[in-house]
Parts: sequence; structure tokens; C-alpha cells
Amino acid sequence: MAADDRFTEDFREAREEEVLGTISEVVTGPVSDWSRDFSHLEPEWSANPYPIQDDLRQRCPIAHTGRFGGAWLPTRYADVAAIAYDTERFSSRAIILSNFRPPRELAPIGGAPPISSDPPFHRDARKLLLPAFTKDAVNRQEPATRAFCHSLIDAFGGQDVVDAARDYAQHIPVRVIADMLGFPPQDGPQFRVFVEDLLEGINLPPDERIERVSRLFDYLLVQVHDHIDNPRDDLTSYLLNVELYGQKLAPDHVVGTMALLLIAGIDTTWSAIGASLWHLAKTPADRERLAAEPALLPTAMEEFLRAYAPVTMARLVKEDMQWRGVDMKADDWILLSFPAANRDPAQFDRAAEVVIDRRVNRHAAFGLGIHRCVGSHLARMELRAALEAWLERIGDFSLADPSAVTWSAGQIRGPRTLPLRIR
Amino acid sequence: MKVHIDPGRCQGHGRCYDLADELFGADDEGYGQVLGDGTVPPGTEQDARLAVLNCPEQAIELLEEG
Repeated sequence: MAADDRFTEDFREAREEEVLGTISEVVTGPVSDWSRDFSHLEPEWSANPYPIQDDLRQRCPIAHTGRFGGAWLPTRYADVAAIAYDTERFSSRAIILSNFRPPRELAPIGGAPPISSDPPFHRDARKLLLPAFTKDAVNRQEPATRAFCHSLIDAFGGQDVVDAARDYAQHIPVRVIADMLGFPPQDGPQFRVFVEDLLEGINLPPDERIERVSRLFDYLLVQVHDHIDNPRDDLTSYLLNVELYGQKLAPDHVVGTMALLLIAGIDTTWSAIGASLWHLAKTPADRERLAAEPALLPTAMEEFLRAYAPVTMARLVKEDMQWRGVDMKADDWILLSFPAANRDPAQFDRAAEVVIDRRVNRHAAFGLGIHRCVGSHLARMELRAALEAWLERIGDFSLADPSAVTWSAGQIRGPRTLPLRIR
Repeated sequence: MKVHIDPGRCQGHGRCYDLADELFGADDEGYGQVLGDGTVPPGTEQDARLAVLNCPEQAIELLEEG
């Protein structure tokens, strides 16, 4: 077998000659009017986006901002769904809204396939990943995940107050995805930095942002070389060996998909676990009911996913067009807020309430259409293991200091500081 | 009564086989499949309706037999 020489030179160097995309002016600071100047990176949004979204849905259901070089924010379920389904007019070549638009030539593959891919390439790239993420495949990791959750609770020792975001929720997806990719478990703290760099560093100066993102790719290349030298049964070796159209994957496809799995696997689930515990900590009636009726956990979990959906995606408008009454320009961003869709009263009864025994819950927390979260079964397994272990071990808990709770900024929203009194 | 999944709409969310595993299963890629010929046995009608109502893609149909 010929040696794998796809990574002998840094594949990024071959890209230097390519078109570089466009950079827009960084605009920060308080929002004057959310209907024409929105920014999901401002503290008011991070702290509590729902009143803003509810207000916009009533008075300006497709809001606009001149920030980020121009972006639209639909808040009705029907509009979010229509855009998610319309891959002809909305491209996924960038899914993190920022001040940098990658060149059009990057489509249909994008930087992190398949999430950044458009049809028809998307389907083929996605097909490579699906078998590893079926419900049966991920459930094989449930016993180990559950044991890991218990070990985190053991480590609380005799503390009365613990940070459930930092010392519990965060570690669960990090451990699971490191195992799946075959990365050293002790590298977990670095992953958190990568996640923050990529998802929260949106308004940094472009040079600094590029520098930070390249640290992630440096790390991934180290893992690639380790797996070329020592192949094993994990997703990294799988991606290095799998073939598409009769050939092994291009090096940037391998590394882009590794980046996707690492980043998308972590703070999303971390956020879902944290938001669920935050809700239960501040809502004694729901906490007590769930303790008395553990069989309600499946509907409660879906309701937490609906009401506190962690993930917002982005799209780029392909061509100038009139769309449902607004004048979209080519390369305008769409901030595709599944959280806003999930709170649309036109789609959900009692949309603003958390109803833990909601039996009919057609929420969009994992997206809609061809880009349905490939890790949704994994996320549900982790959320179930994390909540069951917590509820089994810590029956009574409350917010130790509501004003100390902090939330992440940007498209993935969840608690990042969550001090809970546990005894 | 029979259930039917539209493969053109199903995206593999798996709500049907979460909620009604006596009526639905998953294929090797996680897409939903009806078990057998999709006939809903007596006593499972409520599960069938729940699967229909919880499918995020509205990919499941309940066919009442005349």
C-alpha cells in the first residue's frame, strides 16, 4: 500500500493563490433598533434573546442589519423552514455568520463538509458520516457516557455549590467526541478554546480570527499524522481511509469534516445539558414532577430542546431577489434561528411556556431538511445520560446566584457559568 | 390503518422510531422505515398518531383503510 502522502505538505498552502473572499467592516456596540440593526453578538441577545425574537416576530418578522455586511433574521417558523428547505436560493457555503464571506468558488463543498456543502455534493459527503451516527451506533456509547457522568458527580466531593456548566455539562460532549475521533482525552481543555475561537470570536479583527482558526487546523493536522502512523478504529482513521467517487477524500475534506465533528459536537450538547439543568434549577415544580415521574424525561427533554434550542445556523443568499416582501441581495447573510422558530405561537400552543409533558412537539432544534444535525441521536443520548445521572444523584438543586449565570455569545447559546446549590 | 413514510421528506430525525418502535425502525443510515407492510396493529393507533404529529419533516402519513 502506498504511503498516505496527502498531508506531507500543508494543504492550506495550496489555497493561498485562490480567491480570498470578502471582508466587511466590524461593527459592534449597542443595538439601536432590533428590526434594522440586529446583532446576535451583543450582550442583550446572549442574556435573553426570546423577548427580542417575540417582538420582531410581531412587528418585523424578517428583520435586517447592516452589520456583518448585511444580514436578515426571520423569526417565524414558516420562514425559517422555507429557507432551510430552499437550497436552490440559499447556500450553506458558510454557516457561521461573520464579517468574512468565503468565495463563491468554495461551493458546493465548503470548508467543513457536509454542513457547509450544497447539493449535489452534500448528499454524498453526508452519506459517509450517517452510519456512525445512527441511534443504534451511538447508543453503544451510552454505558460509558453514563459512567463518565457519574464520575464527574463523584468529583464534586462535599461541595455545596458546583458550576454545572464548567464542571459537568462541558465535559460530557468533549469526552464523547474525543473518543469517537480518537483524540487524547486530556486535550479536552484545548477543545474549549477552539470552540470559543471559532464560534464566539466573530467580531475580532480578521487577521486575529484567521490566526485563531489556524490553531485548530494545526491541532487537527497533528492528529491526522498520528492516525496515519497509527491507524485505529475511530472516525479519524475512517475519514483517512474512506473513498468518495473512487478516491480517498481530499485533504481539506478530511480536516474540514474533523473540524466540524469536533466543534459541532461540543458546545451544542454542552449548551443543551446546561440549559436543561438551568431550567430545572429555577423551576422547582418541574424538578419535583420529574423526580416523581421519571417516565416524563423523554417529553421533558424534547421540550427543553424546543424552548432552549442551542443552535442557530446561517445561510448566504445566492442571487438578488424579492423574498416574502424583502429585498435580498446576493451574499446577504441569513441568520437561521431555529430557537426563534421553536417559539412561534403560530406553530406551537403555549409557545412561550415550558411544558414538560408536551406530547406533540414538532420542534426544529436539530434543523429541518437536508442539513438535519448529523449528531442528533448522539446529542439526545448524551442529554439523556447527563440528565438521568444528575437527577438520580442530585435530587434537590437550585440556582446558587441567578445573577452569576452567564451565557455564550453567538450562534450557539447555552450557560457557560451555572453555579448550582446541590445540598 | 397503515403508516407510510415519504422517503423524499424523511431526514432521519428518528422521532418515529423513538416514539413507536413497534411500527418504525431505522435503516443503516438512520432514515425511518415502516416495519412490515406498515399495518398498525390494534392498540398502537395512538403511537402511530404521535409519530405522525412529532415528525419534524411531516414525512409520515396515516392511511385510513376504507
